[in-house]
Amino acid sequence: MARTRIFVPRETAAVSVGADEVAIEIARQAKQRGDSIQLIRNGSWGATWLEPLVEVGVEDKRIAYGNVEAADVAALFAADFLKGGDHARRIGPTIEIPYLIRQDRWTFWRCGLIEPLSLDDFLAHQGFTALQKAFDIGADAVIEAVKASGLRGRGGAGFPTGIKWRTVADTDSDQKYVACNADEGDSGTFSDRILMEGDPFGLIESMALAGFAVGASRGYIYLRSEYPLARSILTRAIETAREAGWLGRDIRGSGFDFDIELHLGAGSYVCGEETAMLESLEGKQGIVRYKPPLPAIEGLFGKPTVVNTVVTLASVPNIVNLGGDKYAGYGVNRSTGTLAFQLAGNVRRGGLVEKGFGLTVRELIEDWGGGTASGRPVKAVQVGGPLGAYLTAAQLDTPLDYEAFTGIGAMIGHGGIVVFDDTVNMARQARFAMEFCALESCGKCTPCRIGSTRGVEVIDRMIAGIDREENYDLLVELCDTMEGASLCAMGGMTPYPVRSVLKYFAEDFSAAAETDV
Amino acid sequence: MNRVRQQDLGTPAPATTGTVEIEIDGLPATVRAGTSILRAARESGVDIPKLCATDSLKPFGSCRMCLVEIDGRNGYPASCTTPVEAGMKIRTQSDAIATLRRNVMELYISDHPLDCLTCSANGDCELQDMAGAVGLREVRYGFEGANHLDAGVDASNPYFQFDASKCIVCSRCVRACDEVQGTFALTIEGRGFQSKVSAGISEDFFDSECVSCGACVQACPTATLMEKSIVEHGQPEHSIKTTCAYCGVGCSFVAEMKGDQVVRMTPDKDGLANHGHSCVKGRFAWGYSTHRDRVLDPLIRDSIEEPWRKVSWDEAIGYAAQRFREIQTEHGRKSIGGITSSRCTNEEVFVVQKLVRAAMGNNNVDTCARVCHSPTGYGLKQTLGTSAGTQPFDSVMDADVIIVIGANPTEAHPVFASQMKRRLRQGARLIVLDPRRIGLVRSPHIKADYHLPLLPGTNVPMINALAHVIVAEGMVDEQYVRERCDIDSFEAWKSMILRHENSPEQVAKVSGVPARDIRAAARLYGRAERGAIYYGLGVTEHSQGSTMVMGMANLAMATGNIGFSGCGVNPLRGQNNVQGSCDMGSFPHELAGYRPVQDDEVRGSFEQHWGVSLDPEPGFRIPNMFDEACAGRYKAIYIQGEDVAQSDPDTKHVEEALANMECVVVQDLFLNETAKFAHVFLPGTSFLEKDGTFINAERRINRVRPVMPPRQGKDEWLITQELAQALGYPMNYANAAEIMDEIAELTPTFANVSFSFLDEVGSVQWPCNDSAPMGTPIMHIDQFVRGKGLFIETDYVPTEERTNRKFPLLLTTGRILSQYNVGAQTRRTDNMVWYDADLLEVHPSDAEVRGISEGDLVSLSSRKGEITLTATITERVQPGVVYTTFHNPETGANVVTTEHSDWATNCPEHKVTAVQVTPASHRSEWQNQFDENAKRQGKILETS
Repeated sequence: MARTRIFVPRETAAVSVGADEVAIEIARQAKQRGDSIQLIRNGSWGATWLEPLVEVGVEDKRIAYGNVEAADVAALFAADFLKGGDHARRIGPTIEIPYLIRQDRWTFWRCGLIEPLSLDDFLAHQGFTALQKAFDIGADAVIEAVKASGLRGRGGAGFPTGIKWRTVADTDSDQKYVACNADEGDSGTFSDRILMEGDPFGLIESMALAGFAVGASRGYIYLRSEYPLARSILTRAIETAREAGWLGRDIRGSGFDFDIELHLGAGSYVCGEETAMLESLEGKQGIVRYKPPLPAIEGLFGKPTVVNTVVTLASVPNIVNLGGDKYAGYGVNRSTGTLAFQLAGNVRRGGLVEKGFGLTVRELIEDWGGGTASGRPVKAVQVGGPLGAYLTAAQLDTPLDYEAFTGIGAMIGHGGIVVFDDTVNMARQARFAMEFCALESCGKCTPCRIGSTRGVEVIDRMIAGIDREENYDLLVELCDTMEGASLCAMGGMTPYPVRSVLKYFAEDFSAAAETDV
Repeated sequence: MNRVRQQDLGTPAPATTGTVEIEIDGLPATVRAGTSILRAARESGVDIPKLCATDSLKPFGSCRMCLVEIDGRNGYPASCTTPVEAGMKIRTQSDAIATLRRNVMELYISDHPLDCLTCSANGDCELQDMAGAVGLREVRYGFEGANHLDAGVDASNPYFQFDASKCIVCSRCVRACDEVQGTFALTIEGRGFQSKVSAGISEDFFDSECVSCGACVQACPTATLMEKSIVEHGQPEHSIKTTCAYCGVGCSFVAEMKGDQVVRMTPDKDGLANHGHSCVKGRFAWGYSTHRDRVLDPLIRDSIEEPWRKVSWDEAIGYAAQRFREIQTEHGRKSIGGITSSRCTNEEVFVVQKLVRAAMGNNNVDTCARVCHSPTGYGLKQTLGTSAGTQPFDSVMDADVIIVIGANPTEAHPVFASQMKRRLRQGARLIVLDPRRIGLVRSPHIKADYHLPLLPGTNVPMINALAHVIVAEGMVDEQYVRERCDIDSFEAWKSMILRHENSPEQVAKVSGVPARDIRAAARLYGRAERGAIYYGLGVTEHSQGSTMVMGMANLAMATGNIGFSGCGVNPLRGQNNVQGSCDMGSFPHELAGYRPVQDDEVRGSFEQHWGVSLDPEPGFRIPNMFDEACAGRYKAIYIQGEDVAQSDPDTKHVEEALANMECVVVQDLFLNETAKFAHVFLPGTSFLEKDGTFINAERRINRVRPVMPPRQGKDEWLITQELAQALGYPMNYANAAEIMDEIAELTPTFANVSFSFLDEVGSVQWPCNDSAPMGTPIMHIDQFVRGKGLFIETDYVPTEERTNRKFPLLLTTGRILSQYNVGAQTRRTDNMVWYDADLLEVHPSDAEVRGISEGDLVSLSSRKGEITLTATITERVQPGVVYTTFHNPETGANVVTTEHSDWATNCPEHKVTAVQVTPASHRSEWQNQFDENAKRQGKILETS
């Protein structure tokens, strides 16, 4: 008789709320009871609020049990959960969870579904079919598909991926590189990590695809050091792929050489900026380079380099398999396709929501997030990481569309959405923006290096009520200086959250003084 | 006189050619394609503010002062990092830009001391200038915020200080250390507001890897890195361009002056040998010219046991002339002679050799090049036809494979080493042939592909083995050899080279270098598109020095590596004017331009011009002079600026020769070791007082300009002229320029050279005549000077100096960065902080079997003599080889070196001496004598 498959995610968020203990307990009790089970450590479906989300394979369905604790395991066995038995934790079939079925799973479709480190499982789920197809249709056709998809870089800048790839492909060089930016440092973001932990072969295939498309034989994954589990999973996956001939010389007889090296960051936020990342990859200090030259022309070690973030790259296999037009069918206007939004902060149902562009922030927060965790009214929402503007409650109906966000002085960035209720003091959030920049500035350019420190000081004076009007004007000018004169987006966008606070929450400066002890 | 203000165009010139049309502030401009907007604007007369950009460094884009607006582009691109494009319309000034620049400057000044009036950079500060340019009037942030005002001063370097409170973190110093000098000693530590310049890992400058080249000081736009002389004396008021008097790189400098006082020497950006770079010696170690040891009065004495007497110039010169004539009367015309100095100008050298030939009436003139590069002159003349290197320094930037043989450029030719390292960092490959693991073998971002640590004395078999592989494996450039070389000589050479004894496997046994490394290195050079050979005294100072020079020329000819940029056979000359002193006819057998004195036509032209008949017989070389003196036949000598008692081999023999002479006339800055044997001392001038020319290793004739009057009251050429006159020979130059005019008239390779021409064009590389009016950077283009390149067979005749049971180790000698040759100058500067004494490098295994530990006093003995010095245990030397420097007279390194010399030129075999090293408890007998002599001479001095 076939063993019952039980899925317990091995994903950082799930593990942080006890998934490992749950897995151990299930294995222990099954053994004790003599039940024949197959424990599978899958990735996360991204419904983080349900973690640890345990699934049991019953016939051809997977029955989900949410927020399982180790202490629940005995009761679950008692409730005959191996057959999908009822229990307070039981949610029902995974594929019927509304949070999931209402998504547009293009890039993350294998996350949660498969066993991340099983190459067989990956191959059984269309793994490497896009790369095989690419070998058949040729590099140009891959790039054309990406161009047709309208895919734009998901790291924040939103640069058209197909054009970038075309530039690298058309630049003559003895060596080219694919550099995957996995230095996911924005507050409230975790989509890269969920993908790397849940579908590592998917990223490997995506990078090989990029390498094939542009003529690069080496890829690097620049992974932030704060992701140890992703590191261990990627390391194993790269080895496995190499052993199976999916990486290395002459991949599967195609004549195409490609290999990947995993490189760990050292805790610097600015190394998520593509040129600082390249410096760091080269073994130097993570200092921003000026552009041009663009990395696509002079990138890693001075060679043409595709620099894309994890999610951007991982969107490509299905574009190759299903066609760029199909991807372009999602989204609105020039924001085609899907984005993996990440709901975090003061929200009831945090997690990853992959959805075509065009829905509103309110829909995300209310329909998926279920409102604030505290039950209090939303006061502000920061979209796009620590350099993103704060949206007011009145702006929540803004559609998630790159251009629409630019129109209100905001940005979508990497898709992180952090919700604040009405207890937040926004003057302190403005200060935090400057403080974050002061902590993380690489120190190369003056507006960012000195400006961010002065910004904290000016805001402190405003909060303290010292010459508040003069300091308000000075802060506005400082924001102009940082935005207009900084070398990279770090100093250039730090003013975004500050300006939104000055514009919409100016009264919080006096409030902050009152709450000051 | 005005200060030379060196223009800063902000970014380096682009490598591209061609021009594009752009518009700057509404005015059309034609600029070089690929130029930065910043440079294009500056070249068009529009100064865009800048702080982090400077044209010696790649653009960086950090200060954000040079922002501009470009039609059709968003935002405010930095003009330093944005290249021009055809049709670009640029605005360098607008209200928005003005506000941005002023507000960025406001941020700078919010973390900067407000002590401009008392700051050492007051009047020469780019930050100050820019604050003025952008109209900063207030700092609204106040000065209570976070700052670096208490960051402190690092004054550990003797020549410059680092005042961190004034640092604007533009990284120019860090980038200069990386890009210009190539030492990578500096870094930015920390990030964000905590970013700070750091030498090494939070070390002070002195303890870090800093080599005090001054590039960082040069690059600093504020008072952060500042010469202590400027801190002490203030800004200069005028300046004069001149040429450094240390090594053969011949760096151009701007002497920055207050009255007749030098307050700073700044490398000249227009200098074609150094392009604005410098080393610790040229940049900082010029204080010897005013050192208290300088002798400023002529001195005479009847015997060397007597005290010196200060006398007038007339008396000293008259006395010397009288003694010379008396001795000639008594011992014959050939019993006297002279030595010219490679430290002096061409004009000073030319008159000394002219004095010997025309006034003394013999050819007993030689030069200190005898002991360094005489084999270069001989070997390259025989094979190629010219006694000089083939390339300009800049040629190295085109080299694909570089071989460095017996040279230590990072110590001895630092400015050229920086250029070579720049090329190596661009990807050129490197082969080092040296018994020691010199700095180039491994240093930051530099790694030699092959280091062949051959035993001292085995250069010739090694070059033969390299050639063997190239011939045997078909890497000869047959077409080149056929078209350009003497084919018979090639065939003869080829069969010699292919002999079994020249195979790498056989040479491995002699040299100690594995055959596979020899083969690999040969293949690397043999297959190079452009291969360049650079060498130093590790080639020449051997009993086969000339053979080795010819061996290198053979190899370069066989591979077609002469006559193009990036190739060549390039001697790295040790002294500032060693090339020139040889060019000037300082050798006993050659008149100016390397033309034989026996040649009637050549000699005739000089006789006609000089109005005397000249001796057709070649005279004595330096070693012959000493031998003759010991034999009692050579009685008097006029020595211009060379300390033979310290620099020449077999010191005891030299001392005996000098003591045996009846009249030794020394012309020098200091009472050196030779002066202890002198009867007449004629005080000389330092380079800061000279008017003339030096010729560097690339045949570049550079102007030396006086920045102060002669401190002892007389130009050196005039001293020689007056001595000639006192000898009864009419010599009547009105100035140094007239001497050069005569050199040009008598020397075909100098025909178009004159001071006025040099002042006009800056510098020129000889030959410079009607067929090459602007000089000749690369020699032997299209054909060799001698016609067909001549291969000369290079059979290996080992030196007679061999190790044995009594003397089982080989001693080789060299130099260090902070000191220069016998140290007469550098020992009289603050460079002494880097140098306590000459050390003996001993390999750990040799040290262990002898019971020697780091810092022990050891005896170093050869069959010639014994000295004691301090041992340092290091793997830089290989087992069986020891190494020391010869910068210090009391070390007496040349007490142990031998009388062996190059078979062709008598260049001494400084580099190979069989020695024994044993623990010692006291100084050697020679050193005790030295001390006593020094004490006695000191007393004599006091009473003078």
